[in-house]
Amino acid sequence: MSSKFTEGVVAESKRSYIHKLASEGTRIDGRDFDEVRPIKIKTGFIQRADGSALVELGDTKVLVGVKIEPGEPFPDTPDMGIMTTNVELVPLASPTFEPGPPSEEAIELARVVDRGIRESHTIDMEKLVIEEGEKVWVVFIDMHVLDYHGNLFDACGIAALAALNNATVPAERFGFGDDFKLPIMHYPVPVTFAKIGEWIVADPNLDEESIASARLTVTTNEEEKVNAMQKGLFGTFTYEEVKKSINRSMSIGKQVRKIILGDENGKEN
Amino acid sequence: MMGMKSDIRLIDDNGLRIDGRLPNQLRPIKMEVGVVKRADGSAYIEWGGNKIIAAVYGPREAYPKHVQESDRAIVRARYNMAAFSVDERKRPGPDRRSVELSKVISEALTSAIFVEKFPRTAIDVYIEVLQADAGTRVAGITVASLALADAGIPMRDLIVGCAAGKVDDVVVLDLNKEEDNFGQADVPMAILPRTGEIALLQMDGDLTYDELTNAMEMAMDAAKKIYNMEIETLKAKYGGDVNEQ
Repeated sequence: MSSKFTEGVVAESKRSYIHKLASEGTRIDGRDFDEVRPIKIKTGFIQRADGSALVELGDTKVLVGVKIEPGEPFPDTPDMGIMTTNVELVPLASPTFEPGPPSEEAIELARVVDRGIRESHTIDMEKLVIEEGEKVWVVFIDMHVLDYHGNLFDACGIAALAALNNATVPAERFGFGDDFKLPIMHYPVPVTFAKIGEWIVADPNLDEESIASARLTVTTNEEEKVNAMQKGLFGTFTYEEVKKSINRSMSIGKQVRKIILGDENGKEN
Repeated sequence: MMGMKSDIRLIDDNGLRIDGRLPNQLRPIKMEVGVVKRADGSAYIEWGGNKIIAAVYGPREAYPKHVQESDRAIVRARYNMAAFSVDERKRPGPDRRSVELSKVISEALTSAIFVEKFPRTAIDVYIEVLQADAGTRVAGITVASLALADAGIPMRDLIVGCAAGKVDDVVVLDLNKEEDNFGQADVPMAILPRTGEIALLQMDGDLTYDELTNAMEMAMDAAKKIYNMEIETLKAKYGGDVNEQ
């Protein structure tokens, strides 16, 4: 194990190198500032799940499984289904992930993905009622990080949307009529930015993430509505930087959405 | 947003809100510093129906040792809601929401503090929500910033939180509980008013670009007013000009 000291020295030389590249308009892996790493999506990877997607965002790999089961509705929303999200940062995915109860990183990650899906009304919850006030469908979105090379927010958000878009409500299994496709109304896509010196790059890789001063995730849907934002890390953003990031998220999100939906229709990827 | 459906009208025919405010009007705010004698610094805020107390301990040696950073202090904010702070009793202890809020508040406070002056130490900031009325995280970060100043911890600026959002299709400042429960969007922010830097930013709901920028501008303008209240509160205890170098 390397000591904190050597990590610090490595981080410092990496920091100045990445800053120098940014000042020249490029990145450590040669991408443009708004260029997202290659995205590969394999839906239906887990047959036992009701919907699933294995997503690669560059070298980052995330598997999302959706399970749908009957359950009791919340008392204040008797006429709506329920969704829950969870992220497991399993120790096989990175030397820095540890076993045990969810870390604050995992909780934040799950909640930011959750907000994008919930607030955009991705799932038509009103169609998930079996018997009003008594029984509704509960959608469990479980995200398993399998290889961590930066930007889990976007990888998880993409994989969750792809898995939901691929999901079937298993009504037959529980004796509630015919199976039906999980009703999807919107397609929220998160785009995360990292601030490196005075430059802001989309979809940071692990090296960029490790030296970034601040992070901003902006989730937008296909109607160019903003559904979720989350700023992180110790640095700050100016208002101008935030406004630009929102616009950049909309145009990058559009391209990413095409890839997610293209895969579903068998056209792309 | 709780996403609850309701027939409650949040904006009336005169364009006034459920508590009689205009769209860009803050709720009443009262602040006080030095309320916990045992702490190194402390403060109390009443913001609408919110009642929140904050106390600071440190900089002190960070334990356990592996959390120490050799070149800076770590800032550990803990946002906690009392069981009796909300209508339905909240189970005591951290839940997923408070873990997330503690994280983003810690990060935002770190951006304002000269953490490099105190290597290997921890600055612990305890934020206790005694009564909640929407906007607790932004009120919490505001009162935490006062407590840090009261503790004499060097900062680049005071930090000020404020939220804006959308209810009944109108962009409004500083949502109250009903507006938070039944509204369409919430944008909590915290800024360093001197430079206008954004230290905390979250958003949930459904907003167009114009609505979102409108909300952010409303929150940032209001933050400057709250900043002046913070300065007056510190002056009342310590006198002089807090911006003096």
